[in-house]
Amino acid sequence: MIAIALLLFMAASAFWLVRLRNLFAVVMLSGVYSLFAAALYLVMDAVDVAFTEAAVGAGISTVLMLSTLALTSRTEKSHNKLSVMPLLLVFITGGVLVYGTFDMPRYGDINAPIHQHVANHYIEKSAAEVGPPNIVTSILASYRGFDTLGETAVVFTAAIGVLAILGRVKGQGMSTSRVAYRRKEDVEEENKEDDKAVSDKKETTS
Amino acid sequence: MNLFVEIFSNMFAAAALAVLVSMALALFRAFIGPTVFDRILAVNTTGTLTVVLIAVYGFLDGRPEFLDIALLYALINFIGTVAVTKYVKFESQGFSGKAPSDGDL
Repeated sequence: MIAIALLLFMAASAFWLVRLRNLFAVVMLSGVYSLFAAALYLVMDAVDVAFTEAAVGAGISTVLMLSTLALTSRTEKSHNKLSVMPLLLVFITGGVLVYGTFDMPRYGDINAPIHQHVANHYIEKSAAEVGPPNIVTSILASYRGFDTLGETAVVFTAAIGVLAILGRVKGQGMSTSRVAYRRKEDVEEENKEDDKAVSDKKETTS
Repeated sequence: MNLFVEIFSNMFAAAALAVLVSMALALFRAFIGPTVFDRILAVNTTGTLTVVLIAVYGFLDGRPEFLDIALLYALINFIGTVAVTKYVKFESQGFSGKAPSDGDL
């Protein structure tokens, strides 16, 4: 029942996300949408996916979207023309996707292929074949070793990229972007202070 | 003892229902909220209610370990709210102060 309520909330948020033209509200609502999705994953027992969704969807992407909003405009240009072709395409794609789910095993089905294929082998033999008492560890480090190596390479590359963009020594700063990011009011205030200092100097000298 | 357990699990169900209802109300405010502050408050409230819902659901389902996850959600919710209020105040996420490290998140 909680899952159904969460799904309803998600549908309502998605509908309003499309309707709204105020981009700030859209960013806020997309954060809420991700939060609901994360709670839904949790209710359906996918805790790791829920963690990722909450951290990336509700946390970081909201911050990134707001940073983007700071550089662009706040409202979306509205156009009221109803375009039929995209709507039709969306409905057809959605229908095909729903049709595809009919072939999937039922939620929590014990006879689903994922529970029959290699999982039993891992559970029974991993301690003898690999060693560690934790099955997940032996799957990640041994059975899917190359997969994990590739993932680590991807994460490492991403970290290097982020550091190359954001990394800077404290106190040095990036001189050009600092000027660009300064608020207009601050600059005006500074100019005023400078003017005042100059006039004060004049008064003392005269 | 059995009756005791049953009553308490029903109480958790009632709490979950109440949280869902208040979530719907907060969500409604986030939809129509005329000002920015209505929306920020509504979103923050929704996040907090999600935290409570996860905690209550953990007890309802007999898995109180969900409390840890609720804690993580509370942290993320807090960071998100800080970022949003910072955006409203400074219209930017960094370098808003005069010193280069003033406005870092």
